[in-house]
Amino acid sequence: MSENIYKPYRMEIENIIEETPDVRTFRLRFKDEGDAARFSFKAGQFGEYSVAGEGESTFCVASSPTRKGYIECTFRKAGRVTNALLNLEIGDTVGFRGPYGNTFPVEQWENKNLLYIAGGIALPPMRCVIWNTIDLRDRYKDITIIYGARTVSDLVYKHELKEWSERTDIKLITTVDPGGQTQDWKGEIGFVPAVLEKIAPSSENTIAILCGPPVMIKFTMPVLKRLGYEDKDIYTTLENRMKCGFGKCGRCNVGKIYVCKDGPVFTYEQLLKMPAEY
Amino acid sequence: MGKELKRIKKDSLERLYNHLSVNRRIYAPVRTPDNKVEYRYNPAFADVTFDHIRSTLSVKNLVFPKVENLLYYTVTKTETTVAEADVNKIRDVVLWGAHPCDAAAYDILRSIFCWDIIDTYFLKRLEKLVVIGLSCKTADEYCFCTSVGLSPDSSKGSDILLSPLKNGDFRAEILTEKGSKIVSSQPSLFEEYPGEEILVAEVRKKFDSDLVTKNLSANFEHPFWIENSLRCLGCGACAYVCPTCACFDIQDETKGKNGRRYRSWDSCGFGLFTIHTSGHNPRSVQSQRWRQRIMHKFSYMPERNNSLGCVGCGRCSQGCPVDMNIAEQLEALQSI
Repeated sequence: MSENIYKPYRMEIENIIEETPDVRTFRLRFKDEGDAARFSFKAGQFGEYSVAGEGESTFCVASSPTRKGYIECTFRKAGRVTNALLNLEIGDTVGFRGPYGNTFPVEQWENKNLLYIAGGIALPPMRCVIWNTIDLRDRYKDITIIYGARTVSDLVYKHELKEWSERTDIKLITTVDPGGQTQDWKGEIGFVPAVLEKIAPSSENTIAILCGPPVMIKFTMPVLKRLGYEDKDIYTTLENRMKCGFGKCGRCNVGKIYVCKDGPVFTYEQLLKMPAEY
Repeated sequence: MGKELKRIKKDSLERLYNHLSVNRRIYAPVRTPDNKVEYRYNPAFADVTFDHIRSTLSVKNLVFPKVENLLYYTVTKTETTVAEADVNKIRDVVLWGAHPCDAAAYDILRSIFCWDIIDTYFLKRLEKLVVIGLSCKTADEYCFCTSVGLSPDSSKGSDILLSPLKNGDFRAEILTEKGSKIVSSQPSLFEEYPGEEILVAEVRKKFDSDLVTKNLSANFEHPFWIENSLRCLGCGACAYVCPTCACFDIQDETKGKNGRRYRSWDSCGFGLFTIHTSGHNPRSVQSQRWRQRIMHKFSYMPERNNSLGCVGCGRCSQGCPVDMNIAEQLEALQSI
């Protein structure tokens, strides 16, 4: 018989970063060295994170596969499991099943410009691929990141945003919704689609990777189209509700697609062929 | 293996039943005092029914229990220990008297639980299961097996299929290795089959499933879905009684410091099934959820699993509190 596919790896919380009052990033290490040695993943994949007694919750792996020996996840306190996770401390144990799902085709993107567009808590599912491409910086041409949140305090990965803004080989544009700025805010003020329109990054030899709340996607897509981006060159990662992670529990089924198996990474061209049930 | 035909005399059936009950559990249909039919473990042979049309619930629970424990854990202040639910403790079961629709459902469930990653719990239960099928000699207005590629005497999914003969004896079709083993362990019960006709119910073909599948792919956006689901309560009864519905939830349950993680039956008909953490719900209204149920079984599964997700047992229509009849709807979907 094959193994129990529901059994999680035991992970130790090595570090906790308080991104915002209700968002945390955990760095997790395998408690079993054999598990650590066997484990590998690629950018875009996700897993089921669990607290015994509370249940499992689905997030993307937020760290890059170029950084070995650990994985990171970022979550917002929203329900039973994330509330339990938020109360854990360094040294505590969490469960992890994965990696599941497909990946961002970073090899296909070599020698192209990359435009990352994220809104709010949707930066974590893109952080993995952002770092993956930054760590292999010489394989890609221009890298541009547009990141927006409602308020300055809602921006996650502030320490990394600072690092990215200081690098000369990455163009980072941060923005907050009107009214969400602080007195010393130096970034843009405005919604992501408006900021994108203003910056107008060329679609020439460029891949756009987009992730955010449905309303942001809805208004950003027409801007990308006006800028000349083709459907096949626009990528996103879907966040359908999941339980199992491997195409059995039925929750993430959209048309003939299982987001957990065929996704979570899709091109806009693929999305147009699916029912809009995501 | 090629199928082999034998005859079992009426009087020998009880001996076969009792033989199969030795050292393993037998799951057989009985009539309840309120004249419903339900499967029970190890009923006396005298209580087993042979003339029922359908049991209230399907028999999918033998391979996909309502609640399947996956992990057990103990949580203390200093340590969390986790133990797996042991698949090797899954015991042999003989399913006695499964009608062809229910027996055929196991293959469909297999196409979900084993299509890529193997679900060990499911597969182990299936391996431990022996199916003694029973052809239907009666049917009712809810039956539509002949519309989904089956028939009241189809042998798919059975290890041995019993079909009634006029004089009360049964024809036994020996269909698998598991079935042959039973015959060779009790050879005296299985006689030469003289070639008599079996008694088999007539089930009218209500729709052409290929045509339904073809029409569905072009009619995702059609007023049909709203018109035909306005009275749906979203109660999930259809999925609960369905022999092929396999959607599940995973939850933790704790008592004191001990707990378990289990999976349990769920339904795409429930509003919470797809709701995101943000509150956004991809299928926010009942018509979308009703459409999902039919699309999944008659459009997505044929393409993805190479199999319809329905065996035509009629339970969902019979069990629906607001009388939504899937066969009638599928009949209508042929011509939209």
